[in-house]
This record gives sequence, structure tokens and C-alpha cells, in this order.
Amino acid sequence: MTKGAVRFEAVTKMFGDVVALKPLSLDIAPGTLVTLLGPSGCGKTTTLRLIAGLESATSGRILIGGEDVTHLSATYRKVSMVFQSYALFPHMTVRENVAYGLTVTKTPRAEAHARAEEGLAMVGLKGFGDRLPSELSGGQQQRVAVARAIVLEPEVLLLDEPLSNLDAKLRRHVREEIREIQQRLGLTAVYVTHDQEEAMAVSNRIIVMRNAEIAQEGTPFELYDRPASAFIADFIGDANLIGVEVTRTGAETEILVNDTRITLPLAHDKTGPAQMVLRPHQVQLSPEPVPGSFAAEISYAAWLGNVIQYTLATPVGPLFVLSPPVAHPFAHGDTVHVNFRPEDVRLVRTA
Amino acid sequence: MTGGPDGIGDKIMRRTAGLWLLIGLGAFVLLPWYATGGGFWSFGWLPTLFAGDAPAVLWMAAERPWLMLPLLGLFGATLSLGFLGHSVTLARGLVASGVLGLSALVFEGLTILGNGTRFGLFDGATQPGMGMGAFVTSAALLFILTTGISGLRRGRGDAFITGMVGAIIALVAVFVFYPMSFILIRAFELKDGAGFGLTEFLPRFFAPANWSVACLTGNGSCGVAVNSALLGLATATGTTLLGLAFALIFTRTNFRAKKLLRVLTILPIITPPFVIGLVLILLLGRQGTFTVFFADLLNIEKTRWLYGFWGVWLAQMLSFTPIAFLVLIGVVEGVSPSMEEASQTLDANRWQTFRHISLPLMRPGLANAFLLGFIESVADFGNPLVLGGNFNVLSTEIYFSIVGTVADPAKAAILSVILLSLTLTAFIAQRTWLGKKNYATVTGKADSGRHAALNPALRWTCYLVAIPWAAFTLLLYVLIVFGSFVKLWGYDHTFTLEHYKRAFGIVVRNGVHFTGAAWDSYMTTLTIAGIAAPLTAAVGLATAYLLVRQKFFGKDAFEFSTMLSFAIPGTVIGVAYVMAFNFPPIELTATGLILVIVFIFRNMPVGVRGGIAAMSQLDKSLDEASITLGANSATTLRRVILPLMGPAILAALTYSFVRAITSVSAVIFLVSARYNMATSFIVGRVENGEYGIAIAYSAVLIVTMLLAILTLQLIIGRRRLRRADRVETA
Repeated sequence: MTKGAVRFEAVTKMFGDVVALKPLSLDIAPGTLVTLLGPSGCGKTTTLRLIAGLESATSGRILIGGEDVTHLSATYRKVSMVFQSYALFPHMTVRENVAYGLTVTKTPRAEAHARAEEGLAMVGLKGFGDRLPSELSGGQQQRVAVARAIVLEPEVLLLDEPLSNLDAKLRRHVREEIREIQQRLGLTAVYVTHDQEEAMAVSNRIIVMRNAEIAQEGTPFELYDRPASAFIADFIGDANLIGVEVTRTGAETEILVNDTRITLPLAHDKTGPAQMVLRPHQVQLSPEPVPGSFAAEISYAAWLGNVIQYTLATPVGPLFVLSPPVAHPFAHGDTVHVNFRPEDVRLVRTA
Repeated sequence: MTGGPDGIGDKIMRRTAGLWLLIGLGAFVLLPWYATGGGFWSFGWLPTLFAGDAPAVLWMAAERPWLMLPLLGLFGATLSLGFLGHSVTLARGLVASGVLGLSALVFEGLTILGNGTRFGLFDGATQPGMGMGAFVTSAALLFILTTGISGLRRGRGDAFITGMVGAIIALVAVFVFYPMSFILIRAFELKDGAGFGLTEFLPRFFAPANWSVACLTGNGSCGVAVNSALLGLATATGTTLLGLAFALIFTRTNFRAKKLLRVLTILPIITPPFVIGLVLILLLGRQGTFTVFFADLLNIEKTRWLYGFWGVWLAQMLSFTPIAFLVLIGVVEGVSPSMEEASQTLDANRWQTFRHISLPLMRPGLANAFLLGFIESVADFGNPLVLGGNFNVLSTEIYFSIVGTVADPAKAAILSVILLSLTLTAFIAQRTWLGKKNYATVTGKADSGRHAALNPALRWTCYLVAIPWAAFTLLLYVLIVFGSFVKLWGYDHTFTLEHYKRAFGIVVRNGVHFTGAAWDSYMTTLTIAGIAAPLTAAVGLATAYLLVRQKFFGKDAFEFSTMLSFAIPGTVIGVAYVMAFNFPPIELTATGLILVIVFIFRNMPVGVRGGIAAMSQLDKSLDEASITLGANSATTLRRVILPLMGPAILAALTYSFVRAITSVSAVIFLVSARYNMATSFIVGRVENGEYGIAIAYSAVLIVTMLLAILTLQLIIGRRRLRRADRVETA
């Protein structure tokens, strides 16, 4: 059924004269975790708050579970939210916090507390009910916030940068937990983050936003493999963007890079200037020339343990390269020979 | 898109509007429409409900058919609820009904008065002031209107919030703007009811009696407006500097007796304003203890220097420095230590750090303290009355043109306009000067740094200024106690309890008899202050909540109008209340209610400010979390925001209680034989030269307020501490 589906029909949001959201339409399928990803100020949090009912749309329609909720206040939407700051009520115990949503909706106290305990058990905090939020670590507070949101059995669970206050190691652990709970309960979840790795790790689908509109949406793989623009290519995974000239289109595309003609096994829509997307790990470096390679100079080299990071000075500009670790890496000032496989290359329009 | 998709929101709007409709109809049919003799809560109207104290429905059927007008609104709401299905259409119907009913009610109220009619309509009709029935009916119409607005699909559509906004706007309109309009009307009225114009106003407004600057050029005395302005500037400058010295000693030095200093700065706030003036007379007046002592010692002539500008200024400095201190200490503490540390790591010395970093960051506080000092000074009534002598200021002139031998309301109105323009100028100047710059340095992030210490020269300057001042203040309070226990200060210093007996005597003979002269006004004062304080805190904090947490159309104007009543001096509001509420439609003079109301709207801005400060420190996501968890705005307010606002509630309660007890300026016009307030009783005694009983009464008031503050601290403060502990470690 449509329970848990979220639908925007040309929704806009203005703050005074500032456009926070250009006409935006989107569909979120029930039971999936969809991430709103983008740089700060792109409109992702506004979109989330519109789903929650914390902001009201300037125009357009919002539907949750097939019902028009455009003018329904947040109180009555079957949606709950995990906040960036957790927003745990400091004057209530952990149990009171988790039971809060149940008690204010007139659930009998005993039942509310029993369900709160279940919720706490689900996030691995059994027995912490009598503590105050201030007596928990950051990661535990975060899990209380999740428990508080899920005990209401919302149609849609909203998460606003839920991991940004945790340290890097904990972040990976907690995001796996959130994903696991979401899948176990079959919840629809909308997740806001500006961290592309986090988005790739948890999402069924990612909606990348930029300048108050959707830049591209798709599965993590689609976004990585077929970026629609230079912005997406650069934002989802690192990318080298190299200016090229498309000279022939068709089933195969011929491009001109630095006076070298290369035929790519992909289709492109028009001739003229374009940008070539080359992922850092798809660049091969060798000490001697190989067919099709060109020479470059190492301008920066860093050994990161599992990978070696280089910046090269090339005729087409600086190139960022990640190489597998070797015993004797290149050093600053070395001349190397660069090549790549045409099937790894993607083309996007010039920004 | 009929009922279905709008489900819950639609149902809530229907239920809320329906409830208010029932209440409105009930009031129209069952409650006495007009004010009842013995007050509503005595229920003396019950036996005469179908005679003299009839509900509107009976009056309407008999001699006052115009009462049908407000019924139109209720009727419209009934039709809307009965026949309009679509929720936006229903909302529009409710808005229209509410507007119709309210404007009809206002129209008939303003047209048909107690002794005739206005605008040549309803000739010959009369009606008394509105009562409980009219009040409840208008409230019902108002909330039908706001419920309708919440359903119009603009904004978030929360009937509780729109209702709250509507209620506060209505209250401010009726109890601030409506009475103030009377001042303007009086000021611009032409002679013999010939309409309105500037021909009367301009010459009287610009009269040399108001604006002469002769005293500055050295021949003659200045106009009252110039006197007020000069006094205000001098007091504001002095209190701001002194307050800053105290605040710096408090936060930036290791001064040992900080606690004592704190108590000393609190004391003047709980002291009725003219008591300081009184003690100054007994100390420094022509026959004052010090004057006589130094005159004998140095063989100089005893003068009456105290009665005039400098005396009033001295008394005001003593009274208002603590206010400046309280404003400044928050700001001085609020300057983030890391900014000062940053400055020092950039090799600035202590003086440079203070001069270029701390002081500029304190600018909003300094501006605020200055504004407060200025407004308090020009509005002050007690000190100029006691010490002014031939030095006349606006507030006393206004008083004498109302109660003087030749009553001249028009003059009072024009002087009020002048006084109001002085305070408004200061108010607007302050806002302009501060501009849009953001000075907030409290980030919510824990700052662990330490404030920079003062450089020695500045530290000793502060000590030298503040410590003698504190000693002088302490001496004054010792003398208040001393003066209340001696027969006649300055002449006969034998110990006596006579003053206390006369004021607070109790005779136990066939039961307990409160024979003291002061008991009546004392009890009235406590009751009225006790009723006004929680209401003031509620209105103030509710306004703060709306301003900080809600978005609605016209919010800027809303904020400005609630803050405006802060710039209206007490004397002006007192005059305005006398002019506006002395006759129907709202007849409140000589009741206790008018005192409660005047306190609420006089002291509300402080509650608003305190509430804004406290609420800004609560992360907004706390309310949002509550809302998304299914709580409505009312529940969120009750279960999340209020419990976390303990200190702000305490401050608002304490302040409004104390201000209700100590205020003179507005009250002096509004007291009646039945509802006399402590301060006006004391002023009466001072005018009669009965200094002993006045001082004794003041001492009792000070002790009462201290006890009240301590009790409030115990009740709310303990809960607050526990919560504060929790919040702090979060």
C-alpha cells in the first residue's frame, strides 16, 4: 500500500524574498531509506522540515501515505524526527524522553513506559531508563533520540544529520545500526546529510540537491557511475574534471584531450566542449612510457597507509591520483607516465 | 478535496470554534452583560440576574435592542459551522463572523455611553460599563476569529498560537493603545468642543514654560521638559557608569565582599522610590543630621541645596544604579572569555583588551542601561515630589495639573505627549544606535576560559567610585531602620515603637482587631501585587514565547507595540487610564481591577525581555522534537518549555511583585478610598510631615518584599537548581 510513501508535487518554499526551495517534486517509496545530500544551504534540511511539518510550503502539495498533509501541522503528521542536536529533554529521564510521544498522545502511562523499554532495548540501551540524558555518552544520547522517534511507529522517520556530533569511528557503527533498525522495522526513512560517504553507505536512493533544487537522484551506484553533471561527479566520490572537446558523437564518442584523440565506448549528446570525469583510482602511473600514456611530474606525494595519494602537474592541469601502496612510491619531482582505460571515463557537460 | 484529506486539522478547527461559540452564547444568555455592583466574583448579581443584572439576551429584547449587534457574530459562526463543509470556506466564515461580532460590539460600546451617545446615533440611549457577559462574549468572538485564521492555510495553522497572538494583541490594544488614544484626543482637542486641530496644541506644546533653556544661560529657570530631559541624561549617564563600575568589580576582580555588594545593589530595588528622598532630607536637608554637623564643624551656612536638581539627581542615582547594574552584569558576564583571551594572545595588554574588545562588546548593555536610566528618571515621580522644591519636572507637573487646585486635563495630556516624545526619542535612538549588528557572544558552546582581569588603574577607579557609594547606600538603610524607631529624627532620638503601633497596631479584645492605620493599604497592596505578579509573568512570557518561537504575519509590529508600553512613563499611563476608564464602555476607576491591569501592562515588557533572553538559550529543536512527537503547542509549552524556564519565571514573578508594591507614578491616579496602595498612603504621610510613620511603613514594606523574594526562591528556586544541574552537564 501507500503507507509511508512521501510525495512532493511542485513544492516551493520562500523565506521572505529568499528562495529556499524551487518547485520540487519527488517520490519516496515506502520502506526505503532515501538520503537528501548536498552542500549546506542547498535546501535539504528545508525539504526534511517540510515533510515533518515544521515549515509550511509556500505552494505545492505534500502527501504522506497518499494523504494531503500540506496544511496539517507537525503535531498530527505520522512522522517523527531525530535531530542533529538530539534534542533530548534535559529535565526528563531517558525513559520519560522515549515515552514522551506516547504520553502526549494519551497512551496509558504503564503501556507507554513498557513500550519505551522495548524501544530502548531495540537500540541496545536496556536498563538505562532511569538515567538523565546528561549521564549518557554522545553515542548513547543519539540512540535514545532514535528510540524516542521509533516507538511512535511513525509512517516516516526523519533523520537530520544524526551523526554529525559523533566522532568518526562511532559514526560508522551508529549508521549501520540505524540502517539495520530501519530495515528490520520496514520504516520509510528520509536522511539528511552533507557527507557523501555516509549517504552511499546507508541509502537505497540518494537525492542530491544543489541551489534549492534536485541536481540528480538515483541509487548510490547510478550517481557514482553515471553522474549527470560535473557537480555530481565531484560531489559523489572524488573526480578529476578535465576539459575536453567532443569531436564526434554516436554510439561511440570521440574526444580531443591535449591534442590526443580518444574514442570512448559511450554515447554523448552533442559535440563541442565537455568535461571528462576520471576517478583518482582509475589513473595508472608507470615509470616508463606505455602506449597512449603521457608524461607528468609529481608535485605532491603522501603515503596514507592503505593508499598513496599523488598530485600530478600535467599539461591538462593538476591531476589527483590514488595508487595502491608499493614499497617504493614516486617522490616529489619524479617524472611519471600517466594512462587510463577509455571505458573508465565518463563525460559530463561543461558546468 | 472535501472532508477527507483535511481530516484532523478540519476536525480540530470545528471543535475549537464550536466550543467558543457555546461559551459565547452561554455568556450572552446567562451572564450579566454589564458591570455588576459588588464585583463579579461576589456573585451578588445572582438574585438580580433577571432584573438589574440581566444578561444581554434580556436587555436586547427590552430597552437595549442594539445588543443584537454582537449576536450577529455568534449567529454567523453558527451558520458557518452548520452549513460550510469545505474547511477553507468554513475558516473564512469564522473569520468573517468574528470580525463582524467584534466590530459590532466595539461600535455599540463606543457609541452608546453612560450619559448619552456619540456620532448622533441611537439618540437618547444610555448604557453602563461592560461586565463579565460582554467580556466573555468578546473573548469568544475573538477566539472564533483566531481559530478561523488558523484554518486559512497560511502558516502552520495552529489555533492555540493564533489564539494567543490574538489575545495579546487584543489586551495590548484595549489596555495600552485605547487609553493612550485618550491622551492624544485630549491634547489635540479645540476649546469648547470645536473639534480637533493644532491651534490649541502647538502654542501650548512649545510654550516657554516647557522648553525654556534659561537656566543654562544663567538667568532664570528652565522649562519643565528641559528639566526632565537634563535630569534624565544626567541620571542615565551616572547610573550607567556606576553600574558598570559595580559590574566590573563583580566579574573582573577578586574583591572580597562581593556578596555584600550584591545585597546592597538589590536593596534599592525593593525600596519604595521616595524613601531614599526622605532619608536624604533627614540627612542632608537644611536641618539634616549631616548638614547640622558640618555646619557646626566648619562654620558654614546651612543651605537648601538638596531641594532642586542635585537633590533629585542624587536620589535617582541611589534608586536606579542597581537597575543599571543588573542590566550590565548580564552583559559583562556574557562577553565570551575566549574573545578576551584571543585579544591577549595577540599581544594586547589588559587596558587595550578592555578598550577595544570588552567595552565595544558591552555596547548593547550600556545602551540598554542608559535607556532604562533615562526612562526611569523622567518617569520618576516620588523623588521630584519630595525633593524637587522649585525644580519642576514633567511627571510632577502632570500630577498637579490633574489633582491640583485648578484641574487642567488638557494640560496634563499635552505634558504627557511631551514626556512620551522624550522617552520614545530615547527608545528609537537606542535602537538606531545599536542597529542590526549582532553582539551575541554566548554561543551555547561551553566556554571554559577566564575573563581578563582589569588593569590596575581601571580597577582602582572602580573601587574608588563604587565602594564609597556602597557605603553611603548602606548608611541610608541603617538610618531607615534607625529613623523608624526614634521619636522625631533630628530632634528627639529616644527609642520608641510608636510609629509601628500607629501603622500596624493590633488589638486583641473580643477577637483580633487590626487597628493600625496602614493595615488597609498594606493588605490591598499585597493582594493586588499577588494577583498581578503571576498574570504579568504569564502575559510577558507568553509574548516572549511568540516572539522567539513562532512566525506570524506582523511580528515586527507586534514586538514593537509590546515594547512600546515600556517607553510609556507611569505618570502618562496613569493619566491615560483615568481619562479612558472613567466611563463606559469600560468603567474601571475605583476598582481593584484597574490596579491589577495597570501593573500587568506597566511591567509586562520586563517579563518579555527576560523571557526572550531565557528562551533564546533553549535550543529550538527541543520544541520541534516535542511537536514532531505528536504534542501540540500547548502541551509543548507546558511540558518542555516552562519546566526549563524556571529562573526566568522566578525573575518575572519577583520583578512584577516588587514593582507592583513599590510603584507610585501610575498608581497615584488610580487608587481609591477602598483600594488604597501602600505607596500612595506613604506619600500622603510625607506630605503631612509624618516622617516617622512613613519610614516605619517603608521598613515594613522592604522586609515584606525580602520575605516574598526568599519564599519565591524557595518554591521555584529549588526546582530550578535541580534542573539547572541537569542542564549544565548536558
